[in-house]
Amino acid sequence: MSDERVKLEVKDLVIGYGDRVVLQNLNFQVSRGEVFCIMGGSGCGKSTLLKHIIGLYPPKSGDILFSGRSIVNATPEERRAIMRGFGVTYQGGALFGSMTVAENVALPLTEYTDKSKAEIAEIVREKLRLVDLAGFGDYMPSELSGGMCKRAGLARALALNPDLLFFDEPSAGLDPITSAGLDRLILSLRDQFNATVIVVTHELDSVFSIADRVIMLDKGTKSIVADGDPRDLLKNSTNEWVRCFLDRDGLKRL
Amino acid sequence: MNGNGDKKIHAFFDGVGSSVLDPVLFIGAVSRQLPSLFRRRGLRRRELFYYLDLCGAKSIPVVTLICFLMGAVLGIQAALQMRKVGTEIFVVDLVGFSVLKEFGPLMVAMISTGRAASAFAAEIGTMKVNEEISALETLGISPSAYLVLPKLLAMLIAMPLLTVIGDVTGIVGGMLVGLSVNIPLQAYWTRTVTVLDSITFLLGVGKTLVFAALITLAGCYCGFKASSDAQGVGRGATSAVVLSIFLVVVADAIITLLYSFIGY
Repeated sequence: MSDERVKLEVKDLVIGYGDRVVLQNLNFQVSRGEVFCIMGGSGCGKSTLLKHIIGLYPPKSGDILFSGRSIVNATPEERRAIMRGFGVTYQGGALFGSMTVAENVALPLTEYTDKSKAEIAEIVREKLRLVDLAGFGDYMPSELSGGMCKRAGLARALALNPDLLFFDEPSAGLDPITSAGLDRLILSLRDQFNATVIVVTHELDSVFSIADRVIMLDKGTKSIVADGDPRDLLKNSTNEWVRCFLDRDGLKRL
Repeated sequence: MNGNGDKKIHAFFDGVGSSVLDPVLFIGAVSRQLPSLFRRRGLRRRELFYYLDLCGAKSIPVVTLICFLMGAVLGIQAALQMRKVGTEIFVVDLVGFSVLKEFGPLMVAMISTGRAASAFAAEIGTMKVNEEISALETLGISPSAYLVLPKLLAMLIAMPLLTVIGDVTGIVGGMLVGLSVNIPLQAYWTRTVTVLDSITFLLGVGKTLVFAALITLAGCYCGFKASSDAQGVGRGATSAVVLSIFLVVVADAIITLLYSFIGY
């Protein structure tokens, strides 16, 4: 894989809280334009890994590089600059409760661009249309359903047209139809923005619909136990736990 | 010593170190963001007015009532003692100095602690639970600039103004008690403006700037340090009140000592 094609590179990463190591010896790369899923059982550290990758927490050791730039060794200003290239969608949407949906989406634009109010309003309308929330700009987050909050959070994440999108359990708490709609939206955004997408999930339907590649984390070994195309892993993985995890019927056998 | 003992000692010093270092780092982070107030879009007017309303306007009734009653109680206690030696007129001095120098600023600080510090901690703690703080960070926005500065500025404006209201209503409380010990309103007022000078008033009001900063920082710090669950938010709000009261009382003692060095 040539360096230019690598969007994200994780090298010898060890993460944890206090004295506790959650995951160790993590090494992987994510290519530009790839939909990359991080999978694993509950409590294995999927969301923790995501939070370290996006720079919210410093790792215990190792490095995380975005297009060759280290977020671990960056100064706070450099780190903020790198983070502005991300779009992150959180489990519950993480909308600011004191602002309307439109104000939430407009926030990155008012912070980092010199666009006029009219231009910002137009971009906000466009982003809300993109996530199928046209007409909901004046709603408060408390007036939206869980799925709508996630989509509004996604509209905010897209405000600055990032080329790297992160989703933390996008399907959690959603009905299958809404969840499938969100999967289609993720793929359409990847194609539309030529973005790299990193998704933390344990929803098998989502993984098989959207993922080009997955890594599977194991709570016991605290490391990656599988890395590859989910369909290949399902058929050919030498690790029985991985095959069972990826096979709905296999899960029942475990 | 065995490994377990070493770990406990290590954890103890880690705890002590972080409980000293974390607040210092937090204050440093907020201080570094102060210049952003003067940048374009640095001052978030909507948030500023929201907190001015929450911490200032909405506190006026309770400050008025409490300071009025406190002035009256002070007046009654003073009158009971002064009457024994026939020096009732000094009720005016005692109420005036006590209210302007100590009780006005302190009462406003205590009310603000209950209203603002707990509200700030609960608000930031809840934002943490909802991952809004993480969202701010990933948007490249400093939470200390975005969340703390509007609150700090609002408190720095609101608390001195509340103290002026508290001072006036405290003196009015004393004035009404003065009537009961045969000090006419006109005489009470004349004595008040004779014995109290503007420096005394300004030094009392000036204290509240320090209190405002301490209450805001303590409230926000406890919010940021709260664990990400409902109980954590509750504990954060409680800690904010306790820490704020402690800091205000210690600061008041230090400021009073400093004032005494300059003859006030």
